[in-house]
Amino acid sequence: MKVAGFFLLLAGGGLVLAAVALLASSLLRTGFVLAGVGVEVVGIALVARSHLLEQGDRG
Amino acid sequence: MTLLSSPTFSEASTALCFVLILLVPFAGAGLSLINTGLGRSRSAAHAMTGSLIVIATAAVVYFVCGFSWQGLVGRPGHLLTIGDTGWNWIAAEPFFMRGLDLVVSPASLVVLLQVFSVGLAALIPLGAGADRWRLSASCASTALLAGWTYPLFAHWVWGGGWLAQLGANYGQGRGFVDTGGSSTIQVVGGLTALSIAWILGPRRGKYSANGMPAAIPAHNAVFVIFGCLLALVGWLGLNCAGSLLFFGTGVERVVLVALNTVLAAAAAGLTAAVITRLRFGKPDASLIANGWMGGLVASSAGCAFVKPAVAIIVGIVAGGLIIFAIEQLEFELKVDDPGGAISVHAVGGIWGVLAVGLFARLPSENRGQLLAQIVGVAALIGFVLPMTYGLNWLLNRVYPQRVTADGERQGMDLHELGADSYPEFVTHTEEFIQR
Repeated sequence: MKVAGFFLLLAGGGLVLAAVALLASSLLRTGFVLAGVGVEVVGIALVARSHLLEQGDRG
Repeated sequence: MTLLSSPTFSEASTALCFVLILLVPFAGAGLSLINTGLGRSRSAAHAMTGSLIVIATAAVVYFVCGFSWQGLVGRPGHLLTIGDTGWNWIAAEPFFMRGLDLVVSPASLVVLLQVFSVGLAALIPLGAGADRWRLSASCASTALLAGWTYPLFAHWVWGGGWLAQLGANYGQGRGFVDTGGSSTIQVVGGLTALSIAWILGPRRGKYSANGMPAAIPAHNAVFVIFGCLLALVGWLGLNCAGSLLFFGTGVERVVLVALNTVLAAAAAGLTAAVITRLRFGKPDASLIANGWMGGLVASSAGCAFVKPAVAIIVGIVAGGLIIFAIEQLEFELKVDDPGGAISVHAVGGIWGVLAVGLFARLPSENRGQLLAQIVGVAALIGFVLPMTYGLNWLLNRVYPQRVTADGERQGMDLHELGADSYPEFVTHTEEFIQR
């Protein structure tokens, strides 16, 4: 779960970069940047959750 | 345009800038006192020694290799070309600052400011790792921060990198704007603090078997509050010098920058005082201090481009946000952060960066500024967090960062330094023997 979370963080960052570099329309660019940030939020939630579970396992 | 290329940087401006930069170490002193005061008494000397060692490590490593990745505006860099646009992603300076003419000039002032700034960034994770982070491991982690993570992101923002060029290349306002280091210093340090807190795990006894957190109160509130006052002095220097050097705001705006810095901190501290008074019946010294620091952190990014009333709004939001973040981290996410480093520096810094996009009135184009700021935040969370976590995770695999259970019980002072911070508080049985 942790690895998937970090993968999503990187993917979200990549989506933001791609939006800036490849999209000319302001609306599309904004939409894709926000989508990238959304992916990052899911990623960080996964990483946080995985640490929470790890901590529970350690007691 | 930055002052590095400006012909109008007079001798008086240079002298003022130099004096302002010399105030920045007060920010480090303040942060060290805060981290120490918020920790346990049996780790106090360890916390202060750690601060000193970490600042020293950061300065040396930055000199050896950090600067070569960060560079300066207008100096050589590695470009990645996408379409017709070059993305300047890392500088190409020689190691050991070779080739730099360190006479008093804007460029050399930037270098001096960076040596202090990287030390400040390196102090932030100490707050999250308090009472359990080995001294040698914190040095090694600092070397990674000062030698790679900090310079890389600082290049993107302050070294003419791709974030700074978002305006020129893609029409996003003036590009990513961060005058005093809300992102480059604070968020980078705060995200490293989060990585350290996750890797180390909570202090023993912090969470019960059912996950309820125990209160481990600050051992010296006087240190903490005095640290806040010292930090204010440092932040005044940091924000004013940053405005002059990175955005060429001109000496005439220094008063506005200083006023905005104070007002943001004041508003955030007062907000924290009101919230804790309403919620707990009495104002909480630790949380007020965290709120104050959060206001300082949030003020940095846009202090040169907002009106004083806006700085108060930025501070009020920062104060509330930081109290909320501290509670969420401790109660919901079970992240043990004794110094509040993650909430204050990462959350407060991100808010400061976004506030530039929301409120700042930049001298040139404002359209697209908010998107440029969001892209910067996305770069921090999407690239800097995985990078700093990955580096510290690898370090932890080859060189465990957490002290042993016995060491933690004994206290970091005795275990790692061999002497207590407050020896007069220790009761020796022989003192009570009748003579």
